[in-house]
Amino acid sequence: IVPLFMATKSQEIYECICDEHVTEDNPYKLIKKADIIQDMKMRAAISDFHPVKQLVLDYPGEELLIAYDPDFKFGQNFFLCTTEEAKMEHLHPGGADAEGEDGAGEEGAEEEDNAVYVYKPPEAKEWVTQGSQVEVEDEIVVDTRDKIRFRASRVRKEFGAPIIFEDRDADTSAAEQGLAASCLACPSYADTNFTIKKAELDNAVQAVPELTDGSSQTDWKHPVTASVQYEPRIISEEEAKVAQQSEEFKQFIQASVPRFELALQQNTIMDVFFDDWTVLGEEDTNFGSKSDSHLKEYQSFTDLQYSKDKTVTCVDWHPQIKGVMAVACCERLTFDERIDNANKLLMSPSLILIWSFADPIHPQLLLEGPDDICCFKFCPTNPNIVAGGCINGQLVLWDITEYSEKLSSNRGNNSKASQKKAAMFGEEIQPETPTIRYCAVSAIENSHRNIISSVDWLPDHYELNRFGIPVENRLSECCQIMTCGTDGHVMVWDIRAPKAPANTKDQQIVFCCSFSADIQAEKSAPPRPFGVSQVFKHLDLSWKPLLKLSMAKTDSSGDYSPLKFSLAEKQGARDHGGKTDLFYLYAVLVFQFTTVPQPAGEKPETTGMSKVPSAKNQRPLECIATNYFLGSEDGEVIYASFKLEKDNETGKSNGITLPKPTWAVAPHDGPVNTLQRNPFFSDILLSVGGWTFAVWKEGVTSGAILQSACAPKLYTAGHWSTTRPAVFFLGTKDGNVEVWDLLDRTHEPLLVQNVTAAQVTQIVPWVVSKKQHLVAVSDNVGTLHILEIPWNLRHPASGEKQAVEGFFDREIQRIEYFDKKAVVRANERSKEMDKKKAQQAKVEEMTDDALMEEYKAEYDSYKQLEKKLLQQLGLIEEEKPEI
Amino acid sequence: MSEVEETIKRIQSHKGVLGIIVVNSEGIPIRTSLDNSTTVQYAGLIHQLTMKARSTVRDIDPQNDLTFLRLRSKKHEIMVAPDKEYLLIVIQNPSE
Repeated sequence: IVPLFMATKSQEIYECICDEHVTEDNPYKLIKKADIIQDMKMRAAISDFHPVKQLVLDYPGEELLIAYDPDFKFGQNFFLCTTEEAKMEHLHPGGADAEGEDGAGEEGAEEEDNAVYVYKPPEAKEWVTQGSQVEVEDEIVVDTRDKIRFRASRVRKEFGAPIIFEDRDADTSAAEQGLAASCLACPSYADTNFTIKKAELDNAVQAVPELTDGSSQTDWKHPVTASVQYEPRIISEEEAKVAQQSEEFKQFIQASVPRFELALQQNTIMDVFFDDWTVLGEEDTNFGSKSDSHLKEYQSFTDLQYSKDKTVTCVDWHPQIKGVMAVACCERLTFDERIDNANKLLMSPSLILIWSFADPIHPQLLLEGPDDICCFKFCPTNPNIVAGGCINGQLVLWDITEYSEKLSSNRGNNSKASQKKAAMFGEEIQPETPTIRYCAVSAIENSHRNIISSVDWLPDHYELNRFGIPVENRLSECCQIMTCGTDGHVMVWDIRAPKAPANTKDQQIVFCCSFSADIQAEKSAPPRPFGVSQVFKHLDLSWKPLLKLSMAKTDSSGDYSPLKFSLAEKQGARDHGGKTDLFYLYAVLVFQFTTVPQPAGEKPETTGMSKVPSAKNQRPLECIATNYFLGSEDGEVIYASFKLEKDNETGKSNGITLPKPTWAVAPHDGPVNTLQRNPFFSDILLSVGGWTFAVWKEGVTSGAILQSACAPKLYTAGHWSTTRPAVFFLGTKDGNVEVWDLLDRTHEPLLVQNVTAAQVTQIVPWVVSKKQHLVAVSDNVGTLHILEIPWNLRHPASGEKQAVEGFFDREIQRIEYFDKKAVVRANERSKEMDKKKAQQAKVEEMTDDALMEEYKAEYDSYKQLEKKLLQQLGLIEEEKPEI
Repeated sequence: MSEVEETIKRIQSHKGVLGIIVVNSEGIPIRTSLDNSTTVQYAGLIHQLTMKARSTVRDIDPQNDLTFLRLRSKKHEIMVAPDKEYLLIVIQNPSE
């Protein structure tokens, strides 16, 4: 079926004008084929049938069907059926349709009637080509002609014949050689197909920096001054002499000397810069009211538990922490009573109480000792070490490092905080005072045999070696202790660690330790028994003295029993540069060294700080005095040295003996309880004993500078004032404190004040701050009184030191004067004696009889005298009393 | 010469005098009664001080000149008399 467009003209020709001949109802029109062909011939291209010309010519039938297509179903207003079947179909569509419809209707009706669908397989029909085979046939390769066969052959004899090769020039003149143009030369030629002119060339460029290695080293030649050493210019002797003899020198001296003299005289006449105004006010204060010159009671400490009814044997202020002081308490028993109560005494602890101003009721710390402690001292360089002497002769060490912060920081917190603890069972719980046990005690067999009456630390600028020679102390810490005991011995102990255990028969093993290192090690040490510091473990129970000196009496047999000693060297006084004067050490301990065997010639090792330095390394200090004073129980004041000298006379193997005390005198009636140097003049001593006190100057052996009259009450304590060189304090048996001022009057005290009802045992003044000077007075019932020194007693008057010095000088002159006078008088007396003797010589010329008579007369008078005395005594009752 | 010696000795024995030093114009001590190190120290320091004092006086008034210098300290007094070529230093303790 082909769509066909029919123009109006064509429609008129074929009588198929739309809507006239051909309508929708009757769209078909049959046209004869011949007509169409004629039309086409006439109208050629204009004919509407031109496009379908071939179809028309091929149409087998006679008539062609053209149908009107108003709906343009096939694309044009008419369509042409090209085949008979299509023509038939269109012409009889109704019929077919009707048939089809009927058939379908019948079949449908049949289907509805029959439930079973009958399957009809599609029938095979003949292949009807639609045109697709053309393409396939094009692709098939078909031979267009027959194949041609060739057959080539060669004579058999020519096979295998020798071959002859010839050369021929393959050039274009092949025809000349009579050859057929079968050899074609193939000269090479530049085939332009293959020559490509390179118009573009790809070239790669990379910019790479050139690396060059270079180095240089500069020498810093700029000089810098590292150090400069220079010497002053000095001119030689001759030049100096020449200069001095020159004229100019002479004139210069003559011209300038008058000016000098003027100036020098001015200075001596009067001090121009002396400010009278400031000095003026000082003397007014002496006229103040009585309370101003009174010792004011500041505080008093007593502990009901530990110090009641005990006697305070020793008081010492803490060297560094202000307001802390320590008190040693002892039972008030005589020796017999002690033996009787020995059981009870063992149970009660022997304590040193440490008090602080913050808490007057409870002591801050308790130091426990093995036995009653008679004396103790804080170490000046390390106040955490306390050395004490016991009543049984042992030397004890405490280490309170742990509690030192507590002491210094805890002020007043203790009492309130701890009392808030809930009381159990209605009992009051006292805040616990920590108790520290002693950390080292000396070996009993090497200690004193009787009580240790005084203990003191040797100043840190020197130490003693085994021979009593003072040597350099490298540690600058106090490491040696001197003790004296009533057994007549003075001992020097060293608290450092021992050197390597040696085969020594001697008793003197020096113990060294370096404090700081040990104490630091101590902090990281394992836990300690009894909470006791292990710093001095090496000393515990095996401590032996370094030096042991016994005091033998000079004039009689036996020993002195020292109670107090006084060393010349002061702690902190290190000025020994050029001085050569000898300081006298008051040591209670020094006397003769006779029986203690000497060490077997061993030298201590050379080690560092932790051991005793070797004797070789120690530089003996020349200017340290090795002499000291002792005060004994019998009231003697002794002056001796602890330096051991070689004794060549006795020829002993050790060759070392102690010198005897050079001087001893017994000024006091009772035991010397104080022997102390003046803090301003190191050669002036105060000794207090019995009912008197005396002031001595070292070196003046004829007598005391000042010896007081007997006081009404026994003096039991004494101490120089720390700020005024002429003032000292004395304590009496009835609890009075007397203040003596040597510049004021020397026959009676300046001030007498009653402090306590019991006997005063110790007086220790201390400078707490610039405005507060306190004195600690301890008594026999266990109370410690702190009194404040008023201004006039603590502030030195202007020029007091010189005045006191002058006073002492005058006294010494007086003594010397009297000595001389005594000598003079002795001379006079001896002269008188001579005269008398000369007279008596004459008397002897009398007869013997007369002499006998004289003797008899004398004897008679004596007898009468004797009778008289006996009668008075009541021993003879010869003569009855007249009634 | 002996007069010179006498004069110097007289000053030296005056009350309170601790020492006496004579220094030349370069500052080198010529004569002294103290020990060497002290002398050298005094000579160098006092010489410089004297030069400074003299230049001060002359700066203020070029026609003036330094005649005597007294330096008083807590412990003692140092007296200096300058001259063209020499310098005499005396140290005295006035309070004695």
